[in-house]
Amino acid sequence: MKSFITTVTLLVLTVLAMGVAAEKTTDAPRPDGLRGAGYSATPAAPPIAGVTDRKGREERNYPEQPPVIPHSIDGYQLDKRFNQCLDCHSRSASPESGAPMVSITHFMDRNKQVLAAVSPDRYFCTQCHVPQTDVDPLVENQFETVDEVLRRLAEDGDGQGGAE
Amino acid sequence: MKQWLCYYWRLLWRPAATISLGVLVLGGFIAGIIFWGGFNTAMEATNTEQFCVSCHEMRDNVFEELKGTVHYSNSSGVRATCSDCHVPHEWTDKVARKMEASKEVWGWLFGTINTPEKFEAKRRELAEREWARLEANDSLECRNCHEFESMDFTRQSPRAAEAHSTALAGGEATCIDCHKGIAHELPDMSGVHNR
Repeated sequence: MKSFITTVTLLVLTVLAMGVAAEKTTDAPRPDGLRGAGYSATPAAPPIAGVTDRKGREERNYPEQPPVIPHSIDGYQLDKRFNQCLDCHSRSASPESGAPMVSITHFMDRNKQVLAAVSPDRYFCTQCHVPQTDVDPLVENQFETVDEVLRRLAEDGDGQGGAE
Repeated sequence: MKQWLCYYWRLLWRPAATISLGVLVLGGFIAGIIFWGGFNTAMEATNTEQFCVSCHEMRDNVFEELKGTVHYSNSSGVRATCSDCHVPHEWTDKVARKMEASKEVWGWLFGTINTPEKFEAKRRELAEREWARLEANDSLECRNCHEFESMDFTRQSPRAAEAHSTALAGGEATCIDCHKGIAHELPDMSGVHNR
């Protein structure tokens, strides 16, 4: 009987110790990453950044940049059945709506063959074109616009120079 | 059977011998209230969101699509639910719409849109029916909440102000002419002139 009680007590103690150990390991020290909390914690989601509605068009940072969307596209339907962007940006709608027409390159298929309508491989606008928000970047970066690159090269004296 | 019917017929038409006129009138009055109230209560029950989504056809398709839109969830907490847009608010029109809805009961019984594929195949037809209805009644259900007189054009985007102060003000266009697909996803829109 005595040995039985000892066994049970030992078992209970072992289980308790395991629990404490488990708790310790999941409560790992807070990593210094983007997550901002320990592995076990559920940090609050950052507030949804509001999309800024800007009048007119945004300057491109380099010539090949897909133009960014200067307005909110919340709730826009963009699927197999319907493309709401084309409601204003299509060839036929753009004069009335005043929105820029879809670029001519978007009417070409992958063999540069010009089609009558927007090519299926350019159909999903938001693959390249995105709306803008005013938020601080999560990660610092050294991005420079093409103007900045040219200016720096001109100052260094070893670039093509001249261009603004 | 014939005898039985004749007995009740005579019973119904024989003047009351023992019940007073007061009891008959009062009884009829109370029964009237109960029947009329019951009828309207039952009809209102079929106007609730809960009733609409009790069928999976509505719950899994159109209701799911509504959830993402501003008419379901927004900063001010005002919700337009199914019946606010799909059932007229006036009593006579409402009863007329409820009678039309017997077709929907038929569709439910025979599973006209009981799979996503069947629903997708009928999406355009169903949407066109609602567009036609709203076009015919000058977007009445929109205007129950959105009043033209209360619109401040200066607070609208230039394009919206332009359209509202010309086509809408002049009556050439009604809400649904431009605002299709605001509460549900649009069907394949090929061939639809959206304004």
